[in-house]
Amino acid sequence: MSTFDKVKKTVLYVLLILLAVVCMVPFLLTLVNATRSGNEIVTSFTLIPSTHLKENWETVFQFFNLFKGMWNSIKVAVPATLLTAYFSAMTAYGLAMYKFRGNKVLFMGIVIFMMIPGQLSLIGFYNLCTKLHLVNSYLPLIIPAIAAPGTVFFLRQYILSVLPPSLIEAARIDGASEIYSFHRIVLPIMSPGIATMSIMAFIGNWNNYLLPMIILNKNEKFTLPVMMATLKASTDIQRNQGAIYLAVAISIIPILIVFCFCSKYIISSISAGSVKE
Amino acid sequence: MAKAAVTKKKRMKNYNNAGYFFVLPFVIVFLIFSIYPVFRTLYLSFTNFKGFGTPEPVGLQNYARVLTDKFFWRALWNTVRIWGVNIVLQLGLAFLLTIVFSDIKYKMRGLGIFRAIYFLPNLIAATSVSFLFKTLLDWRYGTFNQVLNAIYQFFGISKEPIDWLGSGNYAGYVIAVISAWMWFGNSFIMLMAGVQGISKDYFEAAAIDGAGRWTVFGKITLPLLRPILLYVAITSLIGGLQMFDLPFLMADKASAAYNSVQTVVMYLYKFGFETGTTQVGYASAIAYVLFLIILAVSLIQMKLFNRKGD
Repeated sequence: MSTFDKVKKTVLYVLLILLAVVCMVPFLLTLVNATRSGNEIVTSFTLIPSTHLKENWETVFQFFNLFKGMWNSIKVAVPATLLTAYFSAMTAYGLAMYKFRGNKVLFMGIVIFMMIPGQLSLIGFYNLCTKLHLVNSYLPLIIPAIAAPGTVFFLRQYILSVLPPSLIEAARIDGASEIYSFHRIVLPIMSPGIATMSIMAFIGNWNNYLLPMIILNKNEKFTLPVMMATLKASTDIQRNQGAIYLAVAISIIPILIVFCFCSKYIISSISAGSVKE
Repeated sequence: MAKAAVTKKKRMKNYNNAGYFFVLPFVIVFLIFSIYPVFRTLYLSFTNFKGFGTPEPVGLQNYARVLTDKFFWRALWNTVRIWGVNIVLQLGLAFLLTIVFSDIKYKMRGLGIFRAIYFLPNLIAATSVSFLFKTLLDWRYGTFNQVLNAIYQFFGISKEPIDWLGSGNYAGYVIAVISAWMWFGNSFIMLMAGVQGISKDYFEAAAIDGAGRWTVFGKITLPLLRPILLYVAITSLIGGLQMFDLPFLMADKASAAYNSVQTVVMYLYKFGFETGTTQVGYASAIAYVLFLIILAVSLIQMKLFNRKGD
């Protein structure tokens, strides 16, 4: 490699690092500014933390209890994710391994539905929830997770590539029931694929804003994103930018922790999405 | 022999019936919470439903109103404009990064860590991102203008601070840039997965034939990447036309910028859910017109890409 190429390569690395900085600096600023007072933030700019974390903390928690919002988000996101994981695996297995009438129709329905924008059904969905008296309940945010077309699609392809049908036939000869085979043989083999989709489902549920905002209208029921959005209405907190930064910081920390442990799974699931053709 | 084959077939059929059991929960929930709302919205779009009372049919009136509603078209234009700027930045950046990381001569290292960092903004809830940038971009007190001002002062220029989110000239572009910031990592991972899916044999064969890196890029990488570019563009368009969170949270209703960043879904939300302006029937019609637009654009896009593939 010539010297000129080496220079070019170095320049490329510098640009890549700059782009990485652009991706991280807003979060860094958030963490730093969360420890500074409103006055400090307004008058100067720095990356050195200050000493006003406690005051900001008090301002934030006088306005709302973010931990309550986090707990509410957990109450929605965890059951929804478990339902998506279990029932998507079950549906995918049914579609991939059994030849029953309606199999192809159902699969087509799933593919078509993956392309229909969610907002199309928003009004009908809300209308249904009012009729079933499910407004302000977590059920409409949790139960529909049983039917996740995208996850089923992915897991169906996954089963076809990792699960040899002969394995199930062998289990049948040994007298295992179908549901027993599913729980004891299929689920363990599928677990890497299920884990990948679960992490994505969890993040999607955790960050979801529009639907919970429409369904929930009592403060004590608000999930984290809906609670964060009420910042818009608070003049008290708007006056103290340090408090806003702290609220943002608290709201992103759980997701950052998830990312630290699961970034490999997350990236592999996106990669899988693009090469599934 | 024949008898045994028949019983085996019969038993297989019984096994296959177990398939119904496995898909049943999905089908029930899918019908109630996914299919029914789609048709319910369709039904409501032909009525004058106000959110309470009984809906009365009004025929195509709502659709006629959507098509002649200049505020709907403005919202659509806003959405397309913001998405357009966003996709050029998002896909352009992702594409450049893919070229850099798939270069056969430079063999850049650190793909794993860079990819993870570039993806990070995509994980954060839009509500948090909105307030973060709203505060950073505040025209008087925001950090962004402070830094800009410091740079101006350094060069001895005096300039009025720009109200990034309050002015109709800038707000749309600012939201587009933030959206691209959130999504370019996602596109990059997809494009990169496409490159890594290309068989190494192609590259080795090309290297043996003495092909230069730009030839390899133009003749091998790019053509094989085309389906993934299409996939990324279509998913981005479907998502982009439904843009809601960022503009809804970042633009103040009272500000001059609001009219220039109100998207179709924000407009739909206004009639579907906001108190005082609730006209559910009309909002349903907006939803269906938006769906038809998304469908049409996806079909055209698919046709275009297929033709070039020959």
